[in-house]
Amino acid sequence: MSTEIFAVIFILAIPIATSIPLGLYMARVFSGQRTFLDPVLVPVEKAVLKLAAVNAAEEMDWKRYSRALVLSNVCVWMVTFFVVSLQGILPLNPDGIAGMEPTLAFNTISSFVTNTNLQHYSGESRLSYLSQMIAITFLQFVTAATGMAALVAIIRALGGSGLEKLGNFYVDLTRAGARVLLPLAVVVALVLISQGTPMTFEGAARATTLEGAEQAIARGPVAAEVAIKQLGTNGGGYFGSNSTHPYENPTPLSNLLETWAITCIPMAMVVTLGAMVRRRRFALTIFLTMLALYIPLVAVAVHQELRGSSAIAALGIDQSSGSMEGKEVRFGAGASALWAVTTTVTSNGSVNAMHDSLTPIAGLMPMIGMWLNNIFGGVGVGFINMLIYIIVTVFVAGMMVGRTPEFLGKKVEAYEMKLASLALLLHPLLILGGTAIACYFWANTADPGSALAWIKNRGPHGFSEMLYEFSSASANNGSGFEGLSDNTPFWNLSTGLVMLLARYIPIIAPLALAASLGRKNAAPQTEGSFGVDTFTFGFTLWAVVVILGVLMFMPAAVLGPIAEHLAMPR
Amino acid sequence: MFKEIKEGFLFTLVTLVLFGLVYPLLVWGVGRIVFPRKAEGSFIRKADGTIMGSELVGQAFTQPEYFHGRPSGVDYNAASTGGTNYGPSNPDHLAAVQERAAAIVEREGVSLDEIPSDLVTASGGGLDPHISPASALIQVERVARERRIAPDRVRELVEAHTEGAALGFLGRPRVNVLRLNLALDEETNP
Repeated sequence: MSTEIFAVIFILAIPIATSIPLGLYMARVFSGQRTFLDPVLVPVEKAVLKLAAVNAAEEMDWKRYSRALVLSNVCVWMVTFFVVSLQGILPLNPDGIAGMEPTLAFNTISSFVTNTNLQHYSGESRLSYLSQMIAITFLQFVTAATGMAALVAIIRALGGSGLEKLGNFYVDLTRAGARVLLPLAVVVALVLISQGTPMTFEGAARATTLEGAEQAIARGPVAAEVAIKQLGTNGGGYFGSNSTHPYENPTPLSNLLETWAITCIPMAMVVTLGAMVRRRRFALTIFLTMLALYIPLVAVAVHQELRGSSAIAALGIDQSSGSMEGKEVRFGAGASALWAVTTTVTSNGSVNAMHDSLTPIAGLMPMIGMWLNNIFGGVGVGFINMLIYIIVTVFVAGMMVGRTPEFLGKKVEAYEMKLASLALLLHPLLILGGTAIACYFWANTADPGSALAWIKNRGPHGFSEMLYEFSSASANNGSGFEGLSDNTPFWNLSTGLVMLLARYIPIIAPLALAASLGRKNAAPQTEGSFGVDTFTFGFTLWAVVVILGVLMFMPAAVLGPIAEHLAMPR
Repeated sequence: MFKEIKEGFLFTLVTLVLFGLVYPLLVWGVGRIVFPRKAEGSFIRKADGTIMGSELVGQAFTQPEYFHGRPSGVDYNAASTGGTNYGPSNPDHLAAVQERAAAIVEREGVSLDEIPSDLVTASGGGLDPHISPASALIQVERVARERRIAPDRVRELVEAHTEGAALGFLGRPRVNVLRLNLALDEETNP
């Protein structure tokens, strides 16, 4: 047991350690400074920009930058929607998989374009190899790079004074994709192959088992996709069962690598921020505040899962190895609980254990991760979400001491607060509103065999399944309580819409907010300036996140996981 | 506006080629040269080349002369994987656990509290190739009896097929069920 806790601490420490070199590397890439990888990667960046005829010298203001972001996303949406719809007649389809039906294709493509990777299908039976590559893997690069580009523009605005132009969206996206994600993904993919993750274009293998049965073993170009799914906070697996599948995550070492890959970029981006706005103490304050939110969630989940299921213990069965339903022997309960929290605080959404089978309080921790959605968070967008809370904290603190709130020397005024409130309130509205509508439909269906009878587990856990699904869609996370039968028109269309709203509004509103701050002239720092790099500020921010972020969802938590926990045997 | 749309489309096509084709092909090319067996799926083959399974993918064992793996939510269907998705309080889940435990008590002649929990719970992907060493050890007597070999010899095979935690602390000690059963088959029908 204590070795498992040691392993959890070890796995946690590695991305923290790598955040500094990786964060400084990214700061150099996005500031156009030289790096040691330039001889290989700068030609790739130049080739992309040249072939796509991008005018790299064009500097964009926030409106043009946002327009380029949305337009490029519309283009990738349309192209990939065609690919999955027509995959039946396209090449590289050795298992003869048909095209996707329109509502499922709408959900799938919206899900991957928004970096959510909610999957209402199983990859091994619903996607051809071509779709896995040029729809899924491609989107996993581009959408992660989109989030990073948006953050870089926001960082420039925050560091600026009287600044109108935020950089060039296409240049930032290309740098994020080709010079950060691509080299990391190649290395991770090759290490995964060394552990046993397949990378082949041959169709499913036919095995004759020792007992003489036939076993079809699905495989394909898995390693390339798994690498970027982890690194880009995407989370959409090659196989339906994601990183619980022994091909996606074959060994404890691959599990270590994949857990690192979830948080390495989100953690490093905080360091990038500090380097680019030249405020290292501020970045450190944010980093520590995020850790102070993350570690308690991990501790509770690990503790609950190592204790095991009290309902199974009540049957007289030993739970000393923890709760093992939905988990793999090679990882163990502790490393799976760590992953469950890590993948949800970061908006990754890949799983190495089935979240639906987590013990009730451990299952609540991933939900809290998604409700906050700002603890390191998605690549790029995690800090953007935290920025909203920072603005609110500055405002609240300003009210408390009776001073005009300011952030990095800029006054925070009504316009910024309106945008921050919009971004802040959208998330609970989509989650709680969506869950309420789903409950209404479910409760008003008399026929338990109909398409509306979508929950597998009755009682509070069934409520948790619906709550989790909307939390996952709105947090652009993508994991699920998979007992929910979600490939129905209701869930495909509703969560598809939620994912789109929850992606673009919380990117564009903060871009406008940051741009407004960037246009203002920074007041010089004096003794009386509002310090955002102190322990007091970090603690206030922590408290605002907990009070605003968690309390809004408390009633729903009580109806779902907490009610279930209280009903479990003692 | 038209110019901006054209820019978006062209950029989409160029990056699609880089990230959707060049990148996977590069990984595929290096992988098949450096790790050919693993890139293909880590298969175990007979002398004539037919595939008996993958050492990473669990398969169903129900006959008494074999060690049994964990319960599977998909009956070890490696073309459509998944867990049971039972919530911890689901009565069907608890009934299934109880039924499996009763069957093990009957089959292995052990008491209820000697059963390790991995042997009565289903894995996430339904393809877990491993069981815990404790889960293998409670099956030793039965396998030895069915195969008419000494229990100590079977226990030796279990020990030889037990992998420790990586680096001493990552992951759990475990036994690959397919590998162990293959070794048993080689032992008794050489």
